[in-house]
Amino acid sequence: MLPLLRHARYVLSENPVTAFAFGLFAMFLLAAILGPLIAPFDPLATNTSLALKPPSAAHWFGTDQLGRDIFSRVLVATRIDLTIAFASVILAFLLGAVSGVAAGYFGGWSDRIVGRLADTIMAFPLFVLAMGIVAALGNTVTNIVIATAIINFPLYARVARAEANIRRDVGFVEAARLSGNGEARVLFGHILPNIMPIMMVQMSLTMGYAILNAAGLSFIGLGVRPPAPEWGIMVAEGANFIQSGEWWIALFPGATLMLAVFCFNLLGDGLRDIIDPRKRT
Amino acid sequence: MKRRTFLASSSALATSMAAPAVFSPLKAQSRQETLLIVAENTPNMMDIHGVGANRPSYEVSWNTHDRLMTYGVKKDASGQDHYDYSKLEPELATDWNVTPTSATFKLRKDAKFHDGTPITAKDVKWSFDRAVTVGGFPTFQMRAGSLEKPEQFVAVDDHTFRVDFVRADKLTMPDMAVPVPVVMHSELCKKNATATDPWAMEWTKNNLAGGGAYKIERWQPGQEVVYARNDEWKNGPMPKIRRVILRIIPSAGNRRALLERGDADISFDLGSKDFSELKASPKLTIVGTPVENAMQYIGMNVKQKPFDNVKVRQAVAYAIPYQKIQEAVMFGQSIPLYGGADNKAKGTNWPQKHGYNTDIAKAKALLAEAGYANGFETTLSFDLGLAGINEPLTILLQESLGQIGIKATINKIPGANWRAELLKKNMPMITNTFGGWLNYAEYFFYWCYHGQNAVFNTMSYQNPAMDALIDKARFTTGPEYEAAVKGFVDAAFEEVPRIPLFQPLLNVAMQKNVTGYRYWFHRQLDYRQLVKS
Amino acid sequence: MLGQILSRLATAVPSVIGVVIVTFMLTRLLPGDPAAYFAGLAATPQAIAEIRGKLGLDKSLPEQFIVYVGDLLSGNLGTSLSTGQPVVTEIATRLPASAELTLVALIVSAGIAIPLGVLAAVKQGSWIDHLCRVVTTAGVSLPVFFTGLLFAYVFYYLLQIAPAPTGRLDIFVSPPTHITGFYLIDSALTGNGEAFWGSLRQLALPASAMAIFSLAPLARMTRGSMLSVLGSDFIRTARASGLAPRTVVFTYAFRNAVLPVITTLGMVFSFLLGANVLVETVFAWPGIGLYAVNALITSDYAPVQGFVLTMAVLYITLNLIIDVVYGLVDPRVRLDT
Repeated sequence: MLPLLRHARYVLSENPVTAFAFGLFAMFLLAAILGPLIAPFDPLATNTSLALKPPSAAHWFGTDQLGRDIFSRVLVATRIDLTIAFASVILAFLLGAVSGVAAGYFGGWSDRIVGRLADTIMAFPLFVLAMGIVAALGNTVTNIVIATAIINFPLYARVARAEANIRRDVGFVEAARLSGNGEARVLFGHILPNIMPIMMVQMSLTMGYAILNAAGLSFIGLGVRPPAPEWGIMVAEGANFIQSGEWWIALFPGATLMLAVFCFNLLGDGLRDIIDPRKRT
Repeated sequence: MKRRTFLASSSALATSMAAPAVFSPLKAQSRQETLLIVAENTPNMMDIHGVGANRPSYEVSWNTHDRLMTYGVKKDASGQDHYDYSKLEPELATDWNVTPTSATFKLRKDAKFHDGTPITAKDVKWSFDRAVTVGGFPTFQMRAGSLEKPEQFVAVDDHTFRVDFVRADKLTMPDMAVPVPVVMHSELCKKNATATDPWAMEWTKNNLAGGGAYKIERWQPGQEVVYARNDEWKNGPMPKIRRVILRIIPSAGNRRALLERGDADISFDLGSKDFSELKASPKLTIVGTPVENAMQYIGMNVKQKPFDNVKVRQAVAYAIPYQKIQEAVMFGQSIPLYGGADNKAKGTNWPQKHGYNTDIAKAKALLAEAGYANGFETTLSFDLGLAGINEPLTILLQESLGQIGIKATINKIPGANWRAELLKKNMPMITNTFGGWLNYAEYFFYWCYHGQNAVFNTMSYQNPAMDALIDKARFTTGPEYEAAVKGFVDAAFEEVPRIPLFQPLLNVAMQKNVTGYRYWFHRQLDYRQLVKS
Repeated sequence: MLGQILSRLATAVPSVIGVVIVTFMLTRLLPGDPAAYFAGLAATPQAIAEIRGKLGLDKSLPEQFIVYVGDLLSGNLGTSLSTGQPVVTEIATRLPASAELTLVALIVSAGIAIPLGVLAAVKQGSWIDHLCRVVTTAGVSLPVFFTGLLFAYVFYYLLQIAPAPTGRLDIFVSPPTHITGFYLIDSALTGNGEAFWGSLRQLALPASAMAIFSLAPLARMTRGSMLSVLGSDFIRTARASGLAPRTVVFTYAFRNAVLPVITTLGMVFSFLLGANVLVETVFAWPGIGLYAVNALITSDYAPVQGFVLTMAVLYITLNLIIDVVYGLVDPRVRLDT
């Protein structure tokens, strides 16, 4: 582990962009944890006499149609958005990694089933599939998570399958098998931990996509239920006000959304550099 | 690329993109003679009798077909043209003679369909037969005027058409001037009929069999409809506008931008806020007309606990943030229906103000009396298709209900499911709108409060005493009528199964050079009266 | 070769079957009742039941599925409720609009991303490399509908340099004679300058919004692929033998690095077709994405099924073509591996 840490420190110092992404990530995490505590206003409280006010000292990001403080809403929305992203990514990982590793390790019919399943999902326009799932199951946070996980599943399954396939006959696996470990144990005790780093990269990259996906669903009306603050919904609501000059309603949540996705994407890149042995010098 | 050269090249790109397309000299002229409408929703067929014809298709039908009669015009309170319910005027029929048992119409002799075939009484009969036979909306609307079976319609000769009445009904004559009883080219339709489809319903979806003031030049559902004036039209004053283009623009912001930039001529489909702001624009005319016999309301399902308790319903009526809704949701673009002196009817007009106002203390007291001092949980549903109004409205309401302990979860229901959900009648609490074509209180109540429990009685409200009053009002006049109407309005306010919020306005935004706009009860645009200078 | 293509085709069959099943299940799960829609206002429960019978919705799911597959085989995708048109014709008329937009976006994107990627690889670790990474990542981080809205507001409404977002052509320009359905190609073939210029103007904003979104995967792949080639022995040999750096990069390295980029292009194309859905809504683009969103929101089964099927088949075909091209270009790749 220590060489990896040392390598990480090297990559971070070599790559300021990745360091920046880590900083950003810490900030988002903090906002997600502390958001409701540090928000200056109640994100749900309306105040129609203060509706549609531009950014000011009291309301940094201005107020929306119902006079709610946009800064507080953006801040509090961090938790929902990150929850959706984390939950869907973890779900996709669990589904994808387990089935992918099994497919790659055992081959045969399990490989064929997983492969076909992944192919079928990949053959759909992914966003439309997510739309369909949410429309069919109803627009709740759980269903958004499920839909996002399903469309990300093939990515995990494929990576896991390929990695497991490579490692199935290498020395340490062979050794584990010979020392009397059962297949399941070899699979989950030896192969899975070994492909974790590469899966982490995948998770970070799909995290951004998960947030974008949830925002897109909100934009066409299939997102989180009102009045819960969520970045995508806020952009969608604000979109109707751009033309009349109230740009702040869409811009701030939109910019925050972008920053979060940006952060996860950079992080994914950075993680890849860290675990990529070719960069280890 | 250096910054400077980048800027230079990008501005060069900008000028080249901005260069007005000067390729066709005819363009400016055709622009001048063309009316460009931008709308949110596409018509789905050309035939108003068609199964599932949507509201935009009523507009297509209205402008491309003739009816026997049409309504006159009057000025409304703000001096705008408004259809006149009390005056029936000639369209295909030049005059008519009404007796207690029948009406006889003389048809215009030189009227022709778009293909040049003369319009005869045979076509009228065939079209009326079709409307009462095919079922669904057209048949239902005909029945509202006691037009029920083909035997009622007689083609006396080529230019004389008679309708025999099945009963005395004050709606029979007016019902023949609504959009449904259009006159269609019977021979053309019959040619395209099949054994399983004797009324050529499939064919008329995409093919026009009318003789109205406009023909359809191009038909691309979901994108655009291009109309050309029918220069042979005889059934009214020749329309001024030669071409009309209806473009579907899904984004509300873009519709507004097109109007503000002067690229589009007219639109109904903007938000309340846009209309209230565009009133100040020197370039646009905004006309807002109260939609007759219509309201946005909160409905509570009286078949379910706790809304079976009238005290709970009254408590909700006192908890609604009426003023906030009026300001922050409607931007003043509607007529308040709250805050009357009391809950007594003030006349036979409908809708009218009820006596409830926002009074949280009173609401709490009523809720406690009903045995729900600690409130309860419920679901508040709305139609996602109308989210622009419904979403902020329900958020305000949710917050206000929270103050009296009612925890409401907001449930958005996608457009097409909405009808199915209404039919199931198991949503506890909804917000919705309803408007009737024919401007009578009893017509509204017949659909929305009567114990027959039609789909629009979204509260499943049943009250035999009220039913008796509604039925009485339908077939009486004078003081007896007035007493009946006041009776059921009083009951509706006292029992509040539905809480009227406001009467919506039908707003339209148009360029200053567009004049002649007329409000119609069907809330579609009539191109025939418009002028573009 | 033919045998290889056929066997590759055979592997697509299970995917197509899977897609048909999933599509069917998904649309049956959609809430909403087409029968209630057709029955219209003031429908009685009997009337709705009658219409349900007419539409075949009272049959069991397996029966409905058999009917559905039968219809599919005869090329019948049903009729849309909200536009009243057969789904097949609508998709056929709308597909060129989406394809043209997507292709233009892809060309713009590749035109920017590939040079950027090469540059980033050549100057690995420099500020150019970092900038390239930040810029492309920022692009893919923007919700595409947000970019679209912003573009329409800034370039049409504020700066007034872009045309109105009203679809493929200005309202007063007539579309070119139909040959391929691609306005740019059709107008170029018929020498219709006005329509060509008009459709190019209309394409500019939506295509850029989409291109920005797809820079990252292309640039990243180009960079990665270039890096691995540049690190390989034959390049080292080439450099050692004194060839000009320019020749080494472009003639030797780039040529060899381009293969994985081609694969990525295919992936990005299908990814963009999906992103179309939102962009088309913003720009009133009469493509299949807009059609699908409207249908989905109104629980209009037939177009949703038709759209998803078309896209899936398109995707599978595209991948097939890429695999074949790949096999032709690179003899080392055998299709059966």
